[in-house]
Amino acid sequence: MKDIAVIAFSQSDSVADAGANNEVELIMPVVSDALGQVGFKSAQDVDFTCSGSCDYLQGAAFAFVSGVDALGAVPPIKESHVEMDAAWALYESWLKIQMGQAESALIYGFGKSSPGELPHVLTLQMDPYYVAPLWADTIGMAALQARTMLDAGAITEEDMANVVSRSRRNALSNPHAQLSGDYDVETLLAEDTYLSPLRRHDCCPSSDGASAMVICTVERAREMGVKYAVIRGIDHRIETHHLGARDLTVSSSTRTAGERAGVFEAPVEVAELYAPFSHQELILSRSLDLDGDVDINPSGGVLAGNMMMASGLSRIGEVAQRIMAGDYQRGLAHATSGACLQHNLVTVLEGV
Amino acid sequence: MSDPQTEVLSQAFELGFTYTRSTGPIVGRFLTGLRDRQIVGIRGSDGRVIVPPMEYDPVTAAALDEFVPVGQRGEVTTWSWVKYPREKHLLDHPFAWALIQLDGADIPMLHMVDAGDESVMKTGMKVEVRWADEPRGHISDIACFVPFVEEA
Amino acid sequence: MTTEKTEEREPITGMEAPLYLKYKFTAGESTAKFLSQLKLGRLTGQRCPICSQVYVPARGSCARCGVATNETVELSDKATIQSFTIVHIPIPGNALQPPYIVANLVPDGANISFIHLLSECDNEAVHIGMRVEAVWKPEEEWDYAMENISYFRPLDEPDVPIDEIGR
Repeated sequence: MKDIAVIAFSQSDSVADAGANNEVELIMPVVSDALGQVGFKSAQDVDFTCSGSCDYLQGAAFAFVSGVDALGAVPPIKESHVEMDAAWALYESWLKIQMGQAESALIYGFGKSSPGELPHVLTLQMDPYYVAPLWADTIGMAALQARTMLDAGAITEEDMANVVSRSRRNALSNPHAQLSGDYDVETLLAEDTYLSPLRRHDCCPSSDGASAMVICTVERAREMGVKYAVIRGIDHRIETHHLGARDLTVSSSTRTAGERAGVFEAPVEVAELYAPFSHQELILSRSLDLDGDVDINPSGGVLAGNMMMASGLSRIGEVAQRIMAGDYQRGLAHATSGACLQHNLVTVLEGV
Repeated sequence: MSDPQTEVLSQAFELGFTYTRSTGPIVGRFLTGLRDRQIVGIRGSDGRVIVPPMEYDPVTAAALDEFVPVGQRGEVTTWSWVKYPREKHLLDHPFAWALIQLDGADIPMLHMVDAGDESVMKTGMKVEVRWADEPRGHISDIACFVPFVEEA
Repeated sequence: MTTEKTEEREPITGMEAPLYLKYKFTAGESTAKFLSQLKLGRLTGQRCPICSQVYVPARGSCARCGVATNETVELSDKATIQSFTIVHIPIPGNALQPPYIVANLVPDGANISFIHLLSECDNEAVHIGMRVEAVWKPEEEWDYAMENISYFRPLDEPDVPIDEIGR
């Protein structure tokens, strides 16, 4: 396995409605910024480009193709796309470099959820025979999972409110956050339920935004003389689409991905977890054996802003940036996809 | 020329995906059962009965083919309360999403419980199928589940 | 209770699964600028700050250079045919009666073509390099729409040599 380095990362603000910005206008600032951080001008300066997005979010067919207009793709570039969070675009790029087909890559993700009704757009990712025709919505499914946890005595509503309270507080120092503030647990618990047992604050907001990253071989990063964080391991695993056949109180796929990515080989100091619902952060941190010494979601996580198709890549970027800044030596980032944490990707990052 | 002030221009539209899906023999058998107001599950590799039937075992990925009739009553294993139904939801008043383990099944299925009020909902409560007036071979032939009280 | 009827029926092999989703499409900044000017009866493009190519309708970036295009340029409503096709088959939902011509047109002042219709012409005489001009709808019907131009029609001007179209 080659050691591959994250050398640049950029993300937009998480906003409820990006209004008059098309996909090109969302992507271009973060792509330009990420490339510029290491002296690159366009996608011509990397060997491979891979993006993550989902056209169903904004209801515009081939929006991901239009996005290529932001890259400078003349003469033609080697380019690929995943209809997933861009964390999986990073995974594809990582494989491309492992295979020796590239030494560097640009990865970006973007999502404009505001034009549609996200909890129902995401119904389309469910079983099309048994579940989607019922218009099962993502919040309702997450709430089923939360109830399973509460009934099992695995968590309490206070535990969930604590997650939200810390997220909002951490987000105060995140200039890109959509939701931040000082909320104590009592105040949060005084709120009425929204989709019982979830309260509104247990659910991430719906956000528009984009993020971009540049990676390359460690040799190349050294030649360039840039700061970098090393991707020590990366793996992703998926569980059955039959909700009833899963143990919703744990995330076995996250556990396996974590094992394969090398999470348990040495302690981690920081973790960014893609938990769109408060109880899911507790499931994830337990599945990854994260104890009280680990800084969890110092950015506030996606409860502070959830850019569909970009927030997974942003989790990795958040950890990489902190390692590059010298705040931490070893950390993990997690990305998710599907209902109730169905599909999970874990990345282990280390400093030099 | 100088740039004009940018107006935000937007347009509402509806996107339709008007697909007819092939069911295959496993899903087709289940839907055929629903049309006759019957529910069948399938036996998984470990012997557990899965409802609705899956084509492949969720753990071993083995092809499954042993259908098992199950009951029309069952128990709620977990639930959430939709206080604010969305336009797309099939019930226009507050309802519960629930995983329901039917009598004779080992794996619960997702559906709705029309309970009237959240206070009626309890994990472990008994529910039974309310059939659509004209079943047609579709998951919504089960209109929803409703609370069921066993007679003393 | 419906046993007799049931036995006559074929097993289910397919299901209708229509999904309809509502969206509110937002045009994007550069498209909104283009449409706002179109409502005033003007065709506009945007120039790339690096390669100077003028795009119409602009999408906010130069696809070649990968940079934002911020300079708006007013264009003529006269154009040159870069390519065209004669449509002979009716298309469902399209009010136009075949045969009609769809063409790639490069308006004067721009380097990139856009698609529009040709009319008031002899279909067999249409050729690449031919000069055309816009026929606008009455001003009171103008909206944020490309349909403000009903179609383009031939101009009595010399052809543009093929390798000079869009230069």
